[in-house]
Amino acid sequence: MELLLQQVMAGLATGGIYALMALAVVMIYQAIDHLNFAQGEMAMFSTFIAWQLMQWGQPYWAAFAIAVVLSFVGGVVIERVLFRPIHNAPILSSIVAFIALFSILNSGAGYLFDYTIKEFPTPFGSKPFLGITLISTHQAGMIGVTLGMLALLYLFFRGTRLGLAMRAAAANPESARLVGIRVGWMTALGWGMAAAIGAVAGVLIAPVVFLEPNMMLGVLLYGFAGAVLGGLTSPGGAVFGGFAMGVIENLAGTFIPYVGRELKLTIALVLIVAVLMVRPSGIFGRRLVVRV
Amino acid sequence: MMLEVAGLEAFYGEQQALFGVGFELDEGGVRTLLGANGAGKTTVLRALCGMVRTAGEVRFDGKAIAGWATEDIVRLGIAHVPEGRGTFLRVTVEENLQLGAMTRRDRAGIAADIDRVYEHFPRLRERRDQQAGTLSGGEQQMLAVGRALMLRPRLMLLDEPSFGLAPLVVAELFEILRQINREMGVAMLVVEQNAALALDLADHAYLLETGRIVMDAPAAVVGADESVRRAYLGY
Repeated sequence: MELLLQQVMAGLATGGIYALMALAVVMIYQAIDHLNFAQGEMAMFSTFIAWQLMQWGQPYWAAFAIAVVLSFVGGVVIERVLFRPIHNAPILSSIVAFIALFSILNSGAGYLFDYTIKEFPTPFGSKPFLGITLISTHQAGMIGVTLGMLALLYLFFRGTRLGLAMRAAAANPESARLVGIRVGWMTALGWGMAAAIGAVAGVLIAPVVFLEPNMMLGVLLYGFAGAVLGGLTSPGGAVFGGFAMGVIENLAGTFIPYVGRELKLTIALVLIVAVLMVRPSGIFGRRLVVRV
Repeated sequence: MMLEVAGLEAFYGEQQALFGVGFELDEGGVRTLLGANGAGKTTVLRALCGMVRTAGEVRFDGKAIAGWATEDIVRLGIAHVPEGRGTFLRVTVEENLQLGAMTRRDRAGIAADIDRVYEHFPRLRERRDQQAGTLSGGEQQMLAVGRALMLRPRLMLLDEPSFGLAPLVVAELFEILRQINREMGVAMLVVEQNAALALDLADHAYLLETGRIVMDAPAAVVGADESVRRAYLGY
């Protein structure tokens, strides 16, 4: 029992990373209906911007805020420049553009900041959280920030006109135009928000995985998996899926014989496939209710 | 003239769907586009809203709007109630109405207009918090008209408002359209399969055949012409 509890706690701690990434993944999926393969690299690049600002002597929170704002602007610009011209093209064109963006950001970061692994500071410290050795104050802070962002997003999408317009533009672009919504700008705004969330994710993940151009590869994979597990149409589901990924991975590694560290990712992904066979739209994914 | 259309052509890819269509509509007038399936009635409405590639001239209040983006045309006060009703299925009935007022800023006016839509359509008030996708076809059509009203339109483009509705519901809906036209002075361009219904509502009719206007006459004249009725209108 003790061991189980400890492993669940440790799983939640790593799950916080996946949950943050899953949240950014879902944001963009809502806006453009595609998974953005470059999402992790965008977050990584944002983190480098924060790091560079701190190297130039900015205090932590100033660097954090500037990086988030710049990422928002960068997300909007990427949509306007790269994806707006091809928004009517077949999906394969988008995928090629995602891959291009991925490799531009990845090598760009390597070129500008080189590939040496860098330490990244945490604002929450790294002492045991409330005396629990398996979860640090940083990890607890990360979980708190994830839940806080989820709440803000919920309030934004449910409670504001702009949020409503963004939802309408994503779900039914033609009708949205007919009520005068500028659908193209709503999509760009979705990119900006996803990039900003990614920046928060990157800055909080970097102290755990260390800062380098390839820091997000594994995280993004788990983030995708978490988002799909929880449901790509549901930000709350995605966060749940991210945490679930962390916990399942840990429990599989501990309790299933012969699995150990090597196979625990496999087991987690097999479990997800099993869930999706029963619920294709994810655990919290919306199955549209339509009366015909 | 509020709306003047001349030499309008429309294209789906390489396929031309309209050939030199011309007509006009007065402030507060109601006109109908009749014709068989595939004659291009829906395309005319889509062309007016910039939803298909067009050539030719469209003037609203004397302003040339051909080639404008749909959302800018809508902001002039042209509300399109599209084929298939265009319901935002995943949001509530009331949110659908709020979306209709997305171009407006006056909170109090919006709230008052939502109330007025509920007075026209009491069924919508009962279902205000329900997901719009759960409404029946008739209710969704009422919601579509209500959403269009939220724009405070000067011109409504109605695409097959009677489609798929029970006769009693149709009668109710057309009565409300008549009321909207009379009380708010909203001009209407109505596309209908049900010619008798449309001719009853409109004061002027255009008959469309394979993308061309083949008859242009007062509604009463079209309705009284037996050969036209038999050949084109099927009643």
